[in-house]
Amino acid sequence: MHKEAAIREPLILGNDVTYSKITNDVLHPIENAPTKMWKILMTIATIIALWGVGSILYLLGVGIGTWGLNNTVGWAWDITNFVWWVGIGHAGTLISAVLLLFRQKWRMAINRPAEAMTIFAVFMAATFPMIHMGRIWMAYWVLPLPNEFGSLWVNFNSPLLWDVFAISTYMSVSLVFWYIGLIPDFATIRDRAKKPVPKLMYALLSFGWTGNAKAWQRFEEVSLVLAGLATPLVFSVHSIVSMDFATSVIPGWHTTIFPPYFVAGAVFSGFAMVQTLMLIVRKAMRLEHYVTVKHIEYMNLVIIVTGSIVGVAYLTELFISYYSGVEYESYAFINRFSGPYAWAYWSMMTCNVVSPHLFWSKKLRTNLAFTFFMSIIVNIGMWFERFVIIVTSVHRDYLPSSWSMFYPTWVDIGVYVGTIGIFSVFYLLFLKYFPVLAFNEVKTILKSSGEKYKNMSDEEFHKLHPVKRK
Amino acid sequence: MEYQVSKKANIVTILLIVIGIASFVIGLLTSHGHTSQRLWANLLVNGYFFFTISIASLFFVALQFVSEMAWGVTTQRLFQATMSFMPISALALLLVFVGGTMHWNHIYHWMADGVMDPQSEHYDAIIAGKSAYLNQPFFWGRTIAYLAVWMYFANWFRKKSLEEDKLSVNHGESNPVYKRSIIMGVLFIAFFAYTSSSSAWDWIMSIDVHWFSTLFGWYAFSGMWISSVLVVLLLVIYLKSLGLLKEVNDSHLHDLGKWVFAISMLWAYLWFSQFMLIWYSNIPEEVTYYIDRFNDYKVLYIGTFLVNFLLPFFVLMSRDSKKNVVFLLPVAIILFICHWIDVLIMVLPGTMHADGGLGAIEVGMFLIFLGLFILFTLKSLSKAPLMPKNHPMFDESKHLHT
Repeated sequence: MHKEAAIREPLILGNDVTYSKITNDVLHPIENAPTKMWKILMTIATIIALWGVGSILYLLGVGIGTWGLNNTVGWAWDITNFVWWVGIGHAGTLISAVLLLFRQKWRMAINRPAEAMTIFAVFMAATFPMIHMGRIWMAYWVLPLPNEFGSLWVNFNSPLLWDVFAISTYMSVSLVFWYIGLIPDFATIRDRAKKPVPKLMYALLSFGWTGNAKAWQRFEEVSLVLAGLATPLVFSVHSIVSMDFATSVIPGWHTTIFPPYFVAGAVFSGFAMVQTLMLIVRKAMRLEHYVTVKHIEYMNLVIIVTGSIVGVAYLTELFISYYSGVEYESYAFINRFSGPYAWAYWSMMTCNVVSPHLFWSKKLRTNLAFTFFMSIIVNIGMWFERFVIIVTSVHRDYLPSSWSMFYPTWVDIGVYVGTIGIFSVFYLLFLKYFPVLAFNEVKTILKSSGEKYKNMSDEEFHKLHPVKRK
Repeated sequence: MEYQVSKKANIVTILLIVIGIASFVIGLLTSHGHTSQRLWANLLVNGYFFFTISIASLFFVALQFVSEMAWGVTTQRLFQATMSFMPISALALLLVFVGGTMHWNHIYHWMADGVMDPQSEHYDAIIAGKSAYLNQPFFWGRTIAYLAVWMYFANWFRKKSLEEDKLSVNHGESNPVYKRSIIMGVLFIAFFAYTSSSSAWDWIMSIDVHWFSTLFGWYAFSGMWISSVLVVLLLVIYLKSLGLLKEVNDSHLHDLGKWVFAISMLWAYLWFSQFMLIWYSNIPEEVTYYIDRFNDYKVLYIGTFLVNFLLPFFVLMSRDSKKNVVFLLPVAIILFICHWIDVLIMVLPGTMHADGGLGAIEVGMFLIFLGLFILFTLKSLSKAPLMPKNHPMFDESKHLHT
């Protein structure tokens, strides 16, 4: 590691933070009975999740007709929700992989919860295309299996098939990356566990980690390799999701900027969701020493940057729809901002393009309540973005006699809200049984970025640690 | 100053220019037709290519301040030096635009007489539909605004960086220049976010005036960014061979190599995204752009894509090669030339149609510009210390070890 400039702000606050305090703080919820708050949240989440599961079962039993789709609008909330969840699933791997390659030390405090969010979000995303098939038990037909299995050969020209590969690859690499990071932390829990059952469970989970120098060296090497593999995946997943639309000839869908702009939008929404979750988690689990206001500010800066990229892309699309001189292209955009779905367009514009610019003010971007509010706004805005792209582009097609609107049914709403419930159940289980911060990684930056050590003079530091200052 | 332009360097650059002129003259003598248009097109290619190197350097300097990037402090002066060529390349660009306005050239078909006039036999309804954006006063207003604002920022960063050296501050402490630089960096990037795209539409995309692509601006941006990093990488290699830049260790070289790798991948990703979506949809309005390139410039067009993507992908994948000049030097030189060819193929098909190509005129003009660019950059390097003394992250950068 390198010597850190004095002007960098500390990333671990408090003058009493030691290695053992970090361990105790992070493992507190695992080693103690769940709090009342956790139980209440879990109950609510479970009820919503069950409602979602019920809606899905009803959908599968009765058929896709229970959604509000019609001949003109063949894709609506289903694909909107799918893209929304995949987008949310982007921040985790960006934080764990890209920020690792960029040597950003602040990633240590947020990579674990963000990656957990990613994995659960991608689960939720995968639900939508699967249930959209109607006969979910034939979902394996999307794989290129020989005809004896009952499927016809898949169409490799279709971006929908590319999606199957892109998302499953992303899912696997994210899961492996997350799990590798968890191994040393599980080992610490195993070593501290007193009751035999948890001890056994965590022993199994930690794969016999010994924590010797060679193991750590391999751990770091494999992290770098996985970061290298995961970085192109961060780009590929949402690029390919965007190609579901952009390879078509539908005005409003077919535009070349889609791949990079979807990636930026995904990171934007992903970070907003990380903010929503982290602001609750840091408060409820008393992790303010580790997830500091500076971390929140850095994430808000990412939100401004990606939000601005999305803004540039919106305006570019709008401009080119005029510049192209193609009347269908122009109409698609005129219909967006002045048609019957103009309210959705302007909600998207306000939430995604205008509101993130409030973060230019340092006062606002370091204000936690405001950040929480904004993170919800961005989540809403990004849902509307997908809705605008999908529904507004198709509801008025080339034939005015077939123009129509989309109205969600209770099943549409039930499935969507249900996935939020299912996601929350997973996340709450993660918070209770998994180390919520990558505390073994946080420890590696204590002496270079901890407040106590940063404020020490060189002499004091040397007295404590007669080795070279990192 | 620690760096002085050596006699050898001067001879080599002048030789480059002389060879360039010779090649240029041979090209003129052997040219068959369309010579004037060809000269103008080449002026635009080189003006744009070298101007955008400077502007991308400015972007990278600004980005380093904004993102608290420490490793780049030791190479910041090199990025600044590449900005010194801006006045010359801007002049070349302006000459092309004046030529268009005065009808000395026919680079921009939309500037031609009568294309927007319904009474004229040259009337083109599609171009006329774009007249709210593509008209002379607005075009000139934008062009002047880009050049003026960008050059103001370039000047500001250079000037303040030298001023910072003269401050008396404690080692590693923040200082007013540093704080201002962050704010100016943010302002520049915000301005550049829009103008990098719109300038590419105005100056390059409007050549193929019927054609449009939303991604075009970002694609052009990734090309300029990689070219700028390549120039700085080559400068580092050169200065280190003279025994200078002791503060730049192999970790810095590694980081520069990583940026070359990363931006090359970004460029290839954007190239492919734009190409694939247009090829797949096969909409006549859009696909013409690629048909022109495939019919008349196939080898150059596909060749540059393959080189610019695969060469860094395979050669710079390993950590060792990113630290090793033996790999970095040839890769950087080849990529630099191929990114120049990329700009060439942005311009020639729309201006020369089937008659363009990579000939003696192109090579000659490129060498003349390259020679001048090197002359200006080295001169600028010799005017200031190679290391910014009071940058608060200088120490962190110096101790970079990855």
